[in-house]
Order: sequence, then structure tokens, then C-alpha cells
Amino acid sequence: MELKSNIPEGKIATKWENYRGKMNLVAPNNKRRLEIIVVGTGLAGASAAATFGELGYKVKCFTFHDSPRRAHSIAAQGGINAAKNYQNDGDSVYRLFYDTVKGGDYRSREANVHRLAEVSRNIIDQCVAQGVPFAREYGGLLANRSFGGVQVSRTFYARGQTGQQLLLGAYQALSRQISLGNVEMYNRHEMLDLVKIDGKARGIIARNMLTGKSERFPAHCVVLATGGYGNVFYLSTNAMGSNVTAAWRAVKKGALMANPCYTQIHPTCIPVSGEYQSKLTLMSESLRNDGRVWVPNKVEDAEAIQRGEKTALDIEESDRDYYLERRYPAFGNLVPRDVASRAAKVACDEGKGVSKTGLAVYLDFAAAIQRYGKSAAISQGIKNPNDDKIIELGEAVVKEKYGNLFQMYEKITAENPYKMPMKIYPAVHYTMGGVWVDYNLETNVPGLFCLGEANFSDHGANRLGASALMQGLADGYFVIPYTVGPFLSKEIRTPQIDANSPEFLAAEKETNEKLERLIKIQGNQSVESFHRRLGKIMWEYCGMARDAEGLKKGRQMIRDLRAEFYNDVFVPGEVNEFNPELEKASRVADFLELGEVMMLDALDRDESCGGHFRSEYASEEGEAKRNDEDYAYVAAWEWDEIEPKVHKEHLEFKDIELKTRSYK
Amino acid sequence: MKIHLKVWRQRNGESKGYLEDHQVEADEHMSFLEMMDVLNEDLVSKKETPVAFEHDCREGICGSCNMVINGQPHGPDSGTTTCQLHMRSFKDGDTVVVEPWRAVAFPVIKDLIVDRSSFDRIIQAGGYISVNTGQAQDGNAIPIEKGRSAFAMDAAECIGCGACVAACPNASAMLFTSAKVAHLGTMPQGEVEQSTRVQSMVKQMDLEGFGMCSNTGACEAECPKGISITNIALMNRQYAGSVLGSEKSV
Repeated sequence: MELKSNIPEGKIATKWENYRGKMNLVAPNNKRRLEIIVVGTGLAGASAAATFGELGYKVKCFTFHDSPRRAHSIAAQGGINAAKNYQNDGDSVYRLFYDTVKGGDYRSREANVHRLAEVSRNIIDQCVAQGVPFAREYGGLLANRSFGGVQVSRTFYARGQTGQQLLLGAYQALSRQISLGNVEMYNRHEMLDLVKIDGKARGIIARNMLTGKSERFPAHCVVLATGGYGNVFYLSTNAMGSNVTAAWRAVKKGALMANPCYTQIHPTCIPVSGEYQSKLTLMSESLRNDGRVWVPNKVEDAEAIQRGEKTALDIEESDRDYYLERRYPAFGNLVPRDVASRAAKVACDEGKGVSKTGLAVYLDFAAAIQRYGKSAAISQGIKNPNDDKIIELGEAVVKEKYGNLFQMYEKITAENPYKMPMKIYPAVHYTMGGVWVDYNLETNVPGLFCLGEANFSDHGANRLGASALMQGLADGYFVIPYTVGPFLSKEIRTPQIDANSPEFLAAEKETNEKLERLIKIQGNQSVESFHRRLGKIMWEYCGMARDAEGLKKGRQMIRDLRAEFYNDVFVPGEVNEFNPELEKASRVADFLELGEVMMLDALDRDESCGGHFRSEYASEEGEAKRNDEDYAYVAAWEWDEIEPKVHKEHLEFKDIELKTRSYK
Repeated sequence: MKIHLKVWRQRNGESKGYLEDHQVEADEHMSFLEMMDVLNEDLVSKKETPVAFEHDCREGICGSCNMVINGQPHGPDSGTTTCQLHMRSFKDGDTVVVEPWRAVAFPVIKDLIVDRSSFDRIIQAGGYISVNTGQAQDGNAIPIEKGRSAFAMDAAECIGCGACVAACPNASAMLFTSAKVAHLGTMPQGEVEQSTRVQSMVKQMDLEGFGMCSNTGACEAECPKGISITNIALMNRQYAGSVLGSEKSV
């Protein structure tokens, strides 16, 4: 299969503008007759559904949540990037484009990223107009802050709840379209299949989660905006309900899963504390500005800490290994996410972890407290302050800077991070991989589009901070409303799609059989236990560091686990009722297939890049070694129960020179 | 630690509910919902039906979780959602009663899950600014005073969980509705429609069957995000002004 990216001709800076100006459009009178299904109501889905409604299309929008406002975009904290250059610090569309391609370790598609950088500016305007209460300066204008990996201040934010405020903006725009009758909203409906007629996406099968009945929904095209698949690892910073099911069912109907092995693992999360743990909580990256990361030098000390016989305070300064400062003197504790995560793993693998489970490192603020305390004493004119006074003054400064984070940490762990170093460990956070799409965000299935985290296109092998919100809203507000045109303009003579067609009836039947099958197994193990085991396999063999041998082993383990699942899982209740266990089972079944493809993808990619680190492909110092000659391609996987197949889209870099990232 | 749970069970909206007794072996580091997971794993292992409860982000922002714990929405700790509550807030041997939100406008779906779509309909009635994609002017064209913007943000932090309704003796949705009215109406972009917005949203709130506000302040006390009842006062004032003085009545 040839993958056509459909990137328009012309210079990168004017491609999008020219293309937009010349593409086929759908006239308003025809829009009224064309139906669009949008699945998912996060930033990408809600903004797309609202905008389609405004344009006059007939929209049906679906979420498995009880309300569109609960989508996991709501949990994003830091901010949203935009090349506004309001700070006059040299930002530009090109700079945002360049930073994003480089940050993605040169594995994203240039043309898509440039368009993202262009429309980033419109997003801020739109959100302000919707009433998003962004942070402001005293003069009443918008405030900015800096984020990792860039040299300008281009991040807009609303306290620590930027995702919430942007999502509520999109949710309100969507609510307005619902009230005007332009969007029909289906809450508590989960997409379980894609329906194709004559090769085109023409609707979905969605299960009404309240009644348990599968229902048929026809449309002229289908837009997926169903988020990432980080929960394949069981433990992640994703919400409990986040899943791959809608995207995966589309893959099983012929769409392709691109670069599934690109996973972002965030270095500063609160570590796992026990087997019962259900999810992980992120601690903001900003803490690494003042926190020093370390583990004990001696394994004996670490073991004593693990047994609870010693604490961090018992370890002498000379017995501590500040390994980031040692390995990366130029960037120290502020190396990028992928590098910091891998280094923590190395330390714990050496047996130097500092929690009961041995999977944690310290993030220590004692030096910052001392430093701030001394300078506060000077500025307050206190002469010869004693140690207690210095600590008191220093803690006050740290509290002012990070008080809310310290409080959150204490709430979860019941430890006082002012007195005892924080314990942190990397956790799965975001998935750069996703459904393969072309420049129009259309998959290889005509009429099936994919937006936001669910697609693969903009972040390459590693995403920069504050870029996820930007991509979700760019796709939904400013890209898909146009790029759906080339497809729909050819459908203006297509009558309403018939939900009673054989294709719909067959898909509905198949969906019901799948659900019945899960219930009928009546085995002895819970869905949760399978999910947990899958997560452990993924983390062990397809986590922060991978190698060919482990990936092969991991793949086999997943295949065995999948077989065991279909023999021994226990799902209580019935199909035709409200049944949360059945919902979980159906999602875990999909993760059990996706996991295998992730292993295969990681195995196929004989190089290290961004979040994908193959131990065999490292420099002498243990850094990621890319292979642009052989692997500058997108790997798009076609599902097959026996042997999934890879299709390749070669990536061309015409406007940015390929370079090695170094942080030493 | 051993916890004696009394959990509300209700098969569906039509059936009669009851409190069911369970013993759970918990760990003080568990979150309250993880303790519920342990209970459910145990029920599944005995081939019984697990307790249905709503949850998603488990970090206090999505607004899904909604348990009345020992009579208090989101439990004993202040400024926390159910998912942020930890078992160390309880003692070994404690009896803990877990119930759903109780309000006419939040009918029970199953066990601890209620239908909060009435909140969506209140927002649909006017909880937005009527601007289409692409119509916006430059973001910095409308300066907004820092304090004013912060006031709007305080109100905008509402997570739509419904604890305010559950806490209110009249099951009133005034705190929820007023938070949105205050958020949008405080900013110049939202002022334009404020008069019709406040009337439409209040009208919808009444239609949904929420009770009247009698200023007990329970909503503010139980709100996990600390939304202030000042918003209610603001909405009352604007509502009166709108009904009596507006050119248009909704």
C-alpha cells in the first residue's frame, strides 16, 4: 500500500494558505444535508464538533463520559504554545515550527508542523473571545511563561488549569451548537465499530452504556478525536477511562496505526506506592528548576532506605550521586523529559532506588532552601543568621514558588517535602503515535479523519511541553473544518446514508457477538488483573529502554496473555445493561492487541529517537543514536492477528537540517 | 486497616435502594477510590456484581467522582474531591457510609452513579459566549484588568461535580449556575449577552427541578474548588436587574 501524504506543493511558509485558498468547498445549502460524526469531546473533538455545527453541517457527537466536559484534556496543567511574539523576544512561526520538529527528534512531518505553528496564533484569539480567563499582566494584556526545550516565552496559561479552561471554552462552544440544534450530543455512548460502505467510512456502531444496546449511526464521514493510548501501560497519568478502543476498531477496519512505539514518559511523577495503585500523578516539570535529583552512591545505603532503616537525611553528602548533574553538566537537572526519565531508570536498575519498591529517586530542595534562605537573610538585613533561621527563610521562598505542588505532594504521600526530599519516578504521560493521517488529517480509509492525540502527525518521537493543547485545538478549530472539504465536496450528491444497509447490520451483529463472547467466558480472573499484567509487560519490555530480545519476548508474552484472557476472564452481568466491567473488558481486549503492535514497531525501528530508546543503539555515553539514513520514516501498521504488517511513509526534511541533540 | 463499609446499592432508577455491608482491608496510603477498587476486585472474585461508581481523572479536575461519605459530599477533608481523599483520613475499624448525590435533578442510574445531564442543559441555556470560530479579534485587543480576570478565573475553576447540590438542603444549583454567570459576565467579552444569559440559565435551572437558595452556605463549605457564594449574590443582583430593567425577557 502506498501512503500518500498529500502535502500540497509550494514553499513551506505559504503551502497552507495557498492550499486553503484553492481547495474545494461545500456550499452552505449542501452543508445542511451532509452529516458528520465526531467521536470524542476533548479539545480536538469538542472544537471540531462546535465548528462543524457553526458552519452548518449536521453533526452527531459522541462521548463515553456522562458529559462532554469530562474529557481528559481537562487535566492538562501547564499551558498552550502560540507564536504570538507578544513578549518581543524573537518568537516567530518559523521558530515554533523549528522547535517542534527538533523537539520531536526529526520524526514528524514538516508540512503539518508548520501549519500547526501558523494556526497557533488564531487559537489564542479564539479562546480569548470565548472567555477563557488566561493569566494577564498588570496592564491587562496576556501573560506568557517559558517551557522546556525553547528559548522564548510563548506559553499562555490559566493558573495550573490551562487544559480545564480551554476545554470548558470548547465545551461551551459545543453546548451552544447543541442548543441551536446543529449538534446532536450522545453522552455515555462508546464507539465500538467503524462502518464502511464501498470502502468509505459511513458511520459507527456505538453502545449506549446505560441500556447496553449497540446502536447504528450513519453519516457522510467520521472524525475520530479519541485521545491517546497511554493506558496500555495500566499505570499512567491518563484518566482511568482513557482508551484506544475507537481508534483501534478503526484500525481493525483498515486504518493504520502509525509509530505506536513513540511514548512520552514524564520524569517527575509520584511513584507507585503499592499493588492497589490505579493511576499516577504528575508533579510539574518546573520543580526541576530548584530540585536536585539524586540517589545514594552505595547500593547498601539504597537497600537500607528500601527496608525503611535509613532515610535520605542519613546519607552523607559525599555518598550521594547527583547523577543528572554528573552526566549532563551543561543542562544538569533541566535535561529534557526523555533523557531525565532514562537516567532515573538506569539508577534504579543499579539497585539504587529509594522507596520500598526500589523504584524512585530523590528530588531534593535542601540546597535551594539553603541558597534562598541565605539570600533572604541578606536582603532582610539579618546578620549571622543561625541554621534554623536560614531554613525558615528558605522554606518561605520555596513555598511561595511551589507551595501548591508541595501541598499536593503532601496530600498524596503524607510526607513533608520541605523536610524530606520528594520521591519521584517516571510515568507514561502521552503517546505521540496514533492513527496514520495525511495532510488533510484523513486516514487511508476515505472519509475517516483523525485529530489530536489520537493521530500521529505533529510531535514526531517526542512532544514538547504545552504543545498537546495547541495541536488539539489547531486540528479542531482551524484545520479539519477546511480539510474535510476535499472529501465532502464530492459527496454532495450522496443521499442520507442508510442505517439499515447490510454493512450496518453486519457491523452491529459483530459488535454484539464480541460483547457476548466476553461475557460468556465466565473465567476466574478479573479484567483488572489482566490489564495490570499487560501494563507490567509493556513497562518492562517496551518502556523507557527497549532491546530486540526483550521486545520479542514481550510480544510473545502479550500473545500468551491475550489467549489466557479469552479463556479465563470473568465479566459479570449482561450485555444489555449498564455494565462498567464489560466496558473495561472490551477496552482491555483492544489494549492486548495494540500492545503487540507497539512491541513490533519498537522492534522494527533499529535506532533510538526521542521517547523510543533501544539499548543497542546508544552512543558510548549511553545517549540515543538516531539513524536518519534508514529510519527517517513513519511506520504505519496494518493489524493482523497472525502477523501485523508495516507500511512506510518516507519523511522528507527540506526546510530543517537533521542534527543530533546533545545536552552535555 | 479494617474498614466497615455501608455502601448504597441500587440496581437502576426504578428499583429501591439499600445500604449493603462490606469489610475492606485497606492501606492508609490508598485513595478512597482505590479502597473501592479493592472492594470491587473482591466482589468480582466472588462472582458478585461490583459497586458502580463514577470516576475518571483521579486527580481532582474532571468532576466525575461523587460520593457522599459519612454524610459529607466528597468526604471529611476540605478542598478535596473524593478521588483525592486518602484512607489515612480514617481510623482502623471505622464504619464509613457511602451514598450517591441525592437530588431530584440528579436521578440515580445505578448504585453511586447519578445523572447530572441537568448541568449540561443549564450550560446549553446560555453558559457560553456567542462567537463562531474565526470571528475573533487579536487576543490582546481586549485588555482585562488583572484582578477582574482573576475573579473570573476563581469562578471558572468549577469542575461541575455537583457537590454544591448534594450539600444543599434544598438541592439548589445556584452555586454551579452563578459560577458560570460570574465567570462569563465579569469579562468584557461576556458582558454583551449577560442580561439574557442570566435569565436563560436561571430559567433552565428551575425547569430541571433544582431547589431555591436559602443562603445556608453549605455549597461553599463542601465545594472541592472553594467556589464562593459571592457569585450567588452577583447572579441574584444581575438577575433582578435583567428581569426588571432589560429590554428583552427570556
